[in-house]
Amino acid sequence: MSAAGRTVRPVSIASFAQSRSVRRDNERNEAEGLHPVIAEVFGNIGITKDDVDFICSGSTDYLIGGPFSFVMALDAIGVWPPRSESHVEMDGAWAMYEAWVLLQEGEIDAALVYSFGRSSLGDLNEILTLQLDPYYEAPLWPDIVSLSALQARALIDSGKATEADFAAIASRSRRDALGNPNAQVAKDVPVEVLLEDDYVVAPLRRHTLPPITDGSAAIVLAAGDKATQWSERPVWITGFDHRMETHSLGARDLTSSPSVTKAAEVAGVADGKIDIAELHTPFAHQEVIVKEALGLDDSVVINPSGGPLAANPLMSAGLIRIGEAASRIRAGQADRAVAHATSGPCLQQNLVCVLEGA
Amino acid sequence: MAERCAVIGVGQTHHKAKRDDVSIAGLVREAAKMALADADLTWSDIDAVVIGKAPDMFEGNMMPEIYLAPALGAVGKPMIRVHTAGSVGGSTALVAAHLVKSGIHKRVLTVAYEKQSDSDAMWALSVPQPFAAPLLAGAGGYFAPHIRAYMRRSGAPDYIGRMVAVKDRKNAMRNPYAHLHLADIDMKMVEDSMMLWDPLRYLEACPSSDGAAAMVLASEDAISGAYPPAWIHGTAMRSEPTMFAGRDQINPQAGRDCSADVYAQAGVTDPRRQFDCAEVYVPFSWYEPMWLENLGFCDLGDGWKLTESGATAFDGDIPWNASGGVLSSNPIGASGMLRFLEVAMQVRGQAGEHQVDGARLALGQAYGGGSQFFAMWIVGSDKP
Repeated sequence: MSAAGRTVRPVSIASFAQSRSVRRDNERNEAEGLHPVIAEVFGNIGITKDDVDFICSGSTDYLIGGPFSFVMALDAIGVWPPRSESHVEMDGAWAMYEAWVLLQEGEIDAALVYSFGRSSLGDLNEILTLQLDPYYEAPLWPDIVSLSALQARALIDSGKATEADFAAIASRSRRDALGNPNAQVAKDVPVEVLLEDDYVVAPLRRHTLPPITDGSAAIVLAAGDKATQWSERPVWITGFDHRMETHSLGARDLTSSPSVTKAAEVAGVADGKIDIAELHTPFAHQEVIVKEALGLDDSVVINPSGGPLAANPLMSAGLIRIGEAASRIRAGQADRAVAHATSGPCLQQNLVCVLEGA
Repeated sequence: MAERCAVIGVGQTHHKAKRDDVSIAGLVREAAKMALADADLTWSDIDAVVIGKAPDMFEGNMMPEIYLAPALGAVGKPMIRVHTAGSVGGSTALVAAHLVKSGIHKRVLTVAYEKQSDSDAMWALSVPQPFAAPLLAGAGGYFAPHIRAYMRRSGAPDYIGRMVAVKDRKNAMRNPYAHLHLADIDMKMVEDSMMLWDPLRYLEACPSSDGAAAMVLASEDAISGAYPPAWIHGTAMRSEPTMFAGRDQINPQAGRDCSADVYAQAGVTDPRRQFDCAEVYVPFSWYEPMWLENLGFCDLGDGWKLTESGATAFDGDIPWNASGGVLSSNPIGASGMLRFLEVAMQVRGQAGEHQVDGARLALGQAYGGGSQFFAMWIVGSDKP
C-alpha cells in the first residue's frame, strides 16, 4: 500500500460509536453527552482507556461560546493517570488524521479519537461568519447559507446541475436516513414535492440545507497485533490526505474542488473500485462538486447513512462519515469505500480517507 | 520506525503590546518568512503547515486557519490547526515534528501566534459557561492560590518570585525580539509594583503581547540553511483532568510523566547536569521554582534554593529562559512555541547576545490549562 510513494503502516478502524443526532441536547453538558459514546466505542471491542496509547479530539469553542471547551470534555475519558493527548480545533476527522500520523511512526499501536459539539447553543449563521477574513469579510456578516447559495448558483450557471438535481440528492439522503437510527431528519418525500419549498436564499430551498444538530462520535484506531485482536474483520485505512484552498471566494472556482481532487490522488481513491462514498457535503449541491472531484461514477452508492443532510453535528459530521463507511465495510456491505470531511465556507478545506475490508 | 527530524529554520516577530502595523495574517507571515529565509527555502519548498494558537475567542476569529491559509502559503497543501490551551505552541511544534518523523513529509512549516491587542484575554478566559462555576479570575487569579500553596509547602521566602521577575527581565535586555525591555528592573521596582493576585505583583506577571513564532522542521535528507540543524532528541505530551481530588496542582503528575518520557527518549538522567540550558513556560514568577522541582532539576522543596543560588541566571550553571521567557513576551498561543524555538536557536548557536556558551543539549517546555497540559521537546546539536 502506498500514498505519494510512501509505505503506509496498516491502521484499522477498530471501533466506531456515535450519539443519536438530535436538534437540541440541552440536558447534558459536553462531557456528559460524550461519556456514553466513549463507553460504547471501548465496549464494542472490550477494551478500556488503558488500552490506547494516544487520545486526540476535535471541537470548536465557538459552539459552546466559551474558551477551552475541549478541556472539560476530557472528563468523559477520565485521563488519570495522565495520558498522551492532543486536540485540534477542527472536525474530528482531522483529529483522526493526527492520531493516524502518530501510528505511522510505529511507536504506538492504538489511539482514541473523538469529537463533539452542540450546534443548537447559538446562531450558526452568525457563528460561522466568524470564520471569514476578520478585516474585509466578517464585518459584512455574509452568512454561511448565503455563501453556499452563491456556490449553488455558480454550479447551476455552469450547467453541471439543476435545482431538481439538488432536490433529488436531498430526497434520496433523507429516504436513506430512514434506515439510520442515529439520523435526525429521515423521511420519504418525492422531488416534485420538495421543489414546492420556498427559497431560503435562492437557489437554495429549505430541503437543500443541513439540519442543525447536536451530537458526538468516537473511533478507536489500531495497528499491529491489536488491529487483528480487536476485530475479526478489520477495516484498513489505505489512503489518507487533506488539502486546503485559498480563502477568498472570488479567487476560487466554486464549482470545482481542486483540494478534493489532490487529496483523492494522494489517498489513492482511483486505485480500485469504490463501492460506497460517505461525503461531508452539508448543502445538497456540494455533493455534485465533491463526487466529480473524487472521480466517482454513478455506480458508487453515496451517503447510504443519509449523510449530513440527515444529521450534521458540527465538528463530528466528518468523523461520522469515516465511521459510517467503516461500519458498512465491517458489515460486509462494501469492500472499498471513500469518506470525506470538509471545513470552511464552500468546501475550502477537504479530507479524504480510503477504507478497505480485510 | 521513526525518521530523524530537525529544526532548520526559526523566525519570530518583534513582540509588542500592540502590533498596529500588521493584520493577523501580516503578523504570522512575518515570522514564517523569517523562518523560511533562515532555512534558505521558499514557500513552494514546504509540504504542509501546522498552526496553533490559544482560544479563538481571543481575537474573535473562529478556526483562523481558514482565513490564514493563503498568507502562510498553505493553498494546495495539508494544514492542521492545533489547540491545547497554553501549551499549544509546544503541541503545535510536536504535531509538525510527527509529520516529519512519520515519514509523511520532508519539510513542514509550523506557526503559532496571538494578537492579544485585538481582544481581551481576561474577558475571553472568564466567559460563563453552561453547567460550570464561573471563575471570573483570569489566569493569574487561578494560579495565585497554587503559588501560595507552593510557598507554604516549600517554606520559600517571599522574595524568590521577585528574583525570577528581575532575572528574566534582565535576560530580555539581551533579546531584541522581547516585548519588555525594562532597563532599570530591580527587586525594589518589582516590590513597588501593584499587587494583582496575592502574592503576585504586576511585575511578577507576564505581559499581554502581540506576536508570532515559526519554525521549519525537516527530515534528515532535507536539511538546508546556513546554521546547523537542531536535532530533535525527544518529544512528549501529557494531559490530566482539571478537577480531580487526587491531583497535585503544585507538582502535577502529568508534568512529571511528560519529562520522564522525553528524558528517557534522549537518555537524560540528570537534567541539571546534562542540559546546557532550558526554556520553560514561566508566565508568573513563582513557576520557575515550581517547574524546577517538577522537571527534576532538583529535589522536591529545593526549587527556590536553586533560583536563589543564581544557578538559573544567565551566568549560572543551568540558565533558564535566557531569552527573557514568557515573563518578557507573552503572545499566548506562540509562547510555548517560543520556548521550543529558543532552545533550537541555542543549540544552533544563533541566539546572539543571549547565546549560552557552548549549548549542545536543551529542554523546551510548555504548559497550559490549570497546570494540566504539558508539551516538551529536547533538541541537540548532535544527531540522535
